[in-house]
Amino acid sequence: MAYKTSLAKARGLGSAKSGTKHWWMQRVTAVALIPLSFWLILFVQQLFHASFHEIKQWISNPLNLILLISWSFVGFYHAALGLQVVIEDYLSPEWLKITLVWLIKLAFLSGAISALVFAIRIAISAG
Amino acid sequence: MEQRKRPLSPHLQVYRLPLTAVVSVTHRMTGVLLTAGLILFVLSLAMIQCGASSFNAMQSFINQPFIEFAVWLMVYALFFHLCHGIRHLFWDAGESYDKILMNYYIILELFGSVALTGLSFLFVQLGAS
Repeated sequence: MAYKTSLAKARGLGSAKSGTKHWWMQRVTAVALIPLSFWLILFVQQLFHASFHEIKQWISNPLNLILLISWSFVGFYHAALGLQVVIEDYLSPEWLKITLVWLIKLAFLSGAISALVFAIRIAISAG
Repeated sequence: MEQRKRPLSPHLQVYRLPLTAVVSVTHRMTGVLLTAGLILFVLSLAMIQCGASSFNAMQSFINQPFIEFAVWLMVYALFFHLCHGIRHLFWDAGESYDKILMNYYIILELFGSVALTGLSFLFVQLGAS
């Protein structure tokens, strides 16, 4: 085994399959997050200074609701892709890498869905 | 007999990292930090949907000076990551690889992220009235 060349070790393992999609989606989400990050400052303003009634009204505005839900999904997607790279770069056991990447993907999908549910509940309660 | 002076390899602890390397590492660290911010964002939505009392409790908590400062550090991390992210998009397009301009672009990124954080801070204070 130790005498094998790199090519001989790689043969038969198949292609890397989906690397391009990961790289591309990291960029696509990055571009989408540029305007969404500026919108987030409006949300921060509400968090600091709006009354309960005002922030509910603000979130139930259709544009804010759409941007809030977009921010959650695109943000968690971008974060999952980014953390995957960090995990793959700094952890060496293969089983740990695979387990953590899957856990993060599941947790972040739940995070985005939670944000969606919370936002819709707030919008409905605002009437 | 005089000992021959052998060359020493650069040791990581004494080797001064170039600015480009520091910024690159910071980009990763802010990325990981912002993930925590994203979770706090969802938590804040959870507090709002719980009702007026939990929202008010959260609002007075984040309006404490130290916590407010931490929130603005997070906003700075966001704008730093955004500015260096734009740099990465330029790199992906095959632009801005000129070696002599590397540090110049970093100054531009740092200035941009500080300016955006400052403007956002002023904007948020407008809502205080």
